[in-house]
Amino acid sequence: MTMTTTDPDTPGTAHAPRATAQGAPLPLRSDPPSNLLLARILIGLGAVVAFVSTLFPWTWTSAFPGDLTIAMYPGGLQILTIVGAALTAAFLLAGAGVRGLRWLTPGGRHSAVLLAALGTLAVTWYTAGAIAEDLGGLANFEPGMWIGIAGSLLAVVGALALPADVPAEPDPLTGRAPHIGHRLRAALAAPAPRQPGSALPGWAEILVICAACGIGLYVFAYGIEAEDGPPFIGFLVVAAFLTPAVGRAGLGRRLSVLAGRHRTVTLLAAFAAALLFPITQSNETYTNIAVSVLIFATVALGLNMVVGLAGILDLGYVAFLGVGAYTAAIVSGAPTSPFDVHLPFWAAVLLGAAVALVFGLVIGFPSLRLHGDYLAIVTLGFGEIFRISVQNLDGDSGPNITNGAKTIPNIPDLELFGFNLGEEHSILGFDLGRFANYYLLMLLFTAIVVAIFRRSNNSRIGRAWIAIREDETAARAMGVNAFRFKLMAFALGATLAGMAGTVLAHVEYSVNPEAYKFVHTAPPNSAFLLIAVILGGMGTVSGPLIGAALLYLIPAKLQFMADYQLLLFGVALVLLMRFRPEGLIADRRKKLEFHETGQLDVPPNGAAGLSKTEA
Amino acid sequence: MTTTTHTAPTDAPPDDRPRLRAAGVTMRFGGLTAVHNVDLEVYAGEIVGLIGPNGAGKTTFFNCLTGLYVPTEGTVSYRGTVLPHRSHLVTQAGIARTFQNIRLFANMTVLENVLVGRHTRTSEGLFSALLRGPRFRRAERESEERALELLRFTGLEGKRDQLARNLPYGEQRKLEIARALASEPGLLLLDEPTAGMTAGETTATRELVLAVREQGTAVLVIEHDMRFIFNLCDRVAVLVQGEKLVEGSPETVQNDDRVIAAYLGTPFEGEPGEAEIAEVRAAEAADREGGEG
Repeated sequence: MTMTTTDPDTPGTAHAPRATAQGAPLPLRSDPPSNLLLARILIGLGAVVAFVSTLFPWTWTSAFPGDLTIAMYPGGLQILTIVGAALTAAFLLAGAGVRGLRWLTPGGRHSAVLLAALGTLAVTWYTAGAIAEDLGGLANFEPGMWIGIAGSLLAVVGALALPADVPAEPDPLTGRAPHIGHRLRAALAAPAPRQPGSALPGWAEILVICAACGIGLYVFAYGIEAEDGPPFIGFLVVAAFLTPAVGRAGLGRRLSVLAGRHRTVTLLAAFAAALLFPITQSNETYTNIAVSVLIFATVALGLNMVVGLAGILDLGYVAFLGVGAYTAAIVSGAPTSPFDVHLPFWAAVLLGAAVALVFGLVIGFPSLRLHGDYLAIVTLGFGEIFRISVQNLDGDSGPNITNGAKTIPNIPDLELFGFNLGEEHSILGFDLGRFANYYLLMLLFTAIVVAIFRRSNNSRIGRAWIAIREDETAARAMGVNAFRFKLMAFALGATLAGMAGTVLAHVEYSVNPEAYKFVHTAPPNSAFLLIAVILGGMGTVSGPLIGAALLYLIPAKLQFMADYQLLLFGVALVLLMRFRPEGLIADRRKKLEFHETGQLDVPPNGAAGLSKTEA
Repeated sequence: MTTTTHTAPTDAPPDDRPRLRAAGVTMRFGGLTAVHNVDLEVYAGEIVGLIGPNGAGKTTFFNCLTGLYVPTEGTVSYRGTVLPHRSHLVTQAGIARTFQNIRLFANMTVLENVLVGRHTRTSEGLFSALLRGPRFRRAERESEERALELLRFTGLEGKRDQLARNLPYGEQRKLEIARALASEPGLLLLDEPTAGMTAGETTATRELVLAVREQGTAVLVIEHDMRFIFNLCDRVAVLVQGEKLVEGSPETVQNDDRVIAAYLGTPFEGEPGEAEIAEVRAAEAADREGGEG
């Protein structure tokens, strides 16, 4: 038996809407299908024009970030227009049935084109708006900008004339034709991807996985390197349109099937892509951000084990990161540390993890007897107790253990096998600076946490955790010692966070009690960690990693709206919970949970009544 | 039901100690006595029914047996050993149960649900899960084989990778039984296994319970459906207002006046006789004529 039998989209259901889509009414007008060709020509023309426009200067001065003034050399935001136009064209050709490209659109063909065209339009027009805003007026446009505006508009107009993949039905009550909003929504919907007609050969599948990881690396590197302000916003705009476009095309689903078939290859490819990142970087600015992202993401993954698997809502998780960081700082031999000990790094890691484990057990033992809201409040309380205790263990209010609010600065760099991680090393002709060294070290820890997460999830332990999350009473009735397993999850999560904390202390040179709050405008803090897990997708490996990356990059890149950041996060979360409650990356369970109407605990009323009256 | 190689490990030596002995179980919630001084024994190879009107305390009694409630008085023993009041230890000892309102792990697959049932019969800890040694892999494989066997036994083998929540109602009931059987119990407690089922599904459930008994697992079943109970059980106990009223073979119980009274009610003392009824009818008729005239 293979996993394919579980796939809810059997070929039959996937093909049914496709067949009707051929002769279906157009989303906005009811033109005869002969106009399909015209629409396709229009889109193709628009994509080409938008592409060509990037070869010309868009503005006259390099004062606008990204330097859009050089002919035949696209840069900055122009790259994003190119990507959008290229993807529009690729989906268009795939949808038209060009051999060799059809693999790209197993799901929706036209909705993917429409979304890609909209993404191109959005980023091109956004660039135009930003130029006009920054430099003062439309007079700052060079002809290339106008060409880009026109081309992207042309593509969208063409895409709107494509027939919908899932045609909008007339109103069943009145029989009236669906109104325009309804039809637009239908134009953006896509049928579930069909099963591939012919399987690719094994090597080609592995190649596809590697290519996807490479693209992932490129996207991440682009996002991290994008300058503050317009270039980063442009990146977000393109990502917001093209990600659903790829999803509508059914590519995401297809990739996840491939990844499921070659798990080890996927993990290795992703790991290799992550390893390559510091090599693609010429200076330290972005590896600095990358190592922070990695630490934040690793801690989020640890929290995911507690929240996503065992269902324990922990609002004080960042305290365990702090425990690890402080332990490492105290034994690091820093001149400001109250204790004059200098342990080797491996010992500091083990000690940090062990201390965090003890804290996890001590905090978990009483609090895990509570449930739901009460548990959440208690963990929140313990998180704050940690911060305040650290502040007060300064020699005045208590014994001097943590140096209190004076913090422990000047933590020395690590030395591993004779390598001083603080210095620049040249390996295989690549220069790796301080942050690149720490990035590689942290990557090792991330890999360990990923392995622990996957292995414990897929075992008797993980099943017991999920059973407790689903229904604690039933889990106990099945013989699961709920308290013990919850304590295990809690303590394991604490240990992993403590481990990550030991690296954090060295990367940041210092530890400060104020960094481990419940909520703060910058990560890491407990609230952000939880948001990263929920945003990314509970119970998945990649979800918290992506969620954490976004959550770290967005505040770092959008400094100019720092005052509104928390407000924007709030709005974004509300929207996410409304439209995609399972998070960006859906757990296979969550996906079914939130998007199907099956009710479990309600026996059919009539039948139940019948049996009782019979009695 | 399909034949299967499933054997309960518990029935190896002939054992005349009762699988279950509840002695003087009393459960009080504050001033309310939900179960009062109930004795019940279930022997190997038996199917025992527990019936009673709504609110008679059947499910409360079940919860006392399985350690979900701590009985105010009395003891519950399994094969002569007094059970602790912890639900997972009761399951460990060999008593598995289903719930009146289905309580599956809704977002786990059918196979995973049954694998959770294997929890007490496997012992792989965190470290063996992380290291994935040969012992771990063998244990996982055996658990899976065992779970698949149970799915075949209950007729769910084609649905192993579906989410439990997506099964039709009758199959969810079956899955709950399969999950309970995965813990290799010596005694299976079923709480209204046919509630809400069609006649066909009820028959299938009856066959399933009989097949479970064939494998050496004793069964104690709560049910409202009298026909189901009297066709299935070797012995029936009736619980009314928290007390055991009658216990005996289905025929005895069926013909017991007290049971009929408990279900249908007894005539009370001031009940109107034939004469009074005739009098009232006459008065009503006269009234109607008067109104017309």
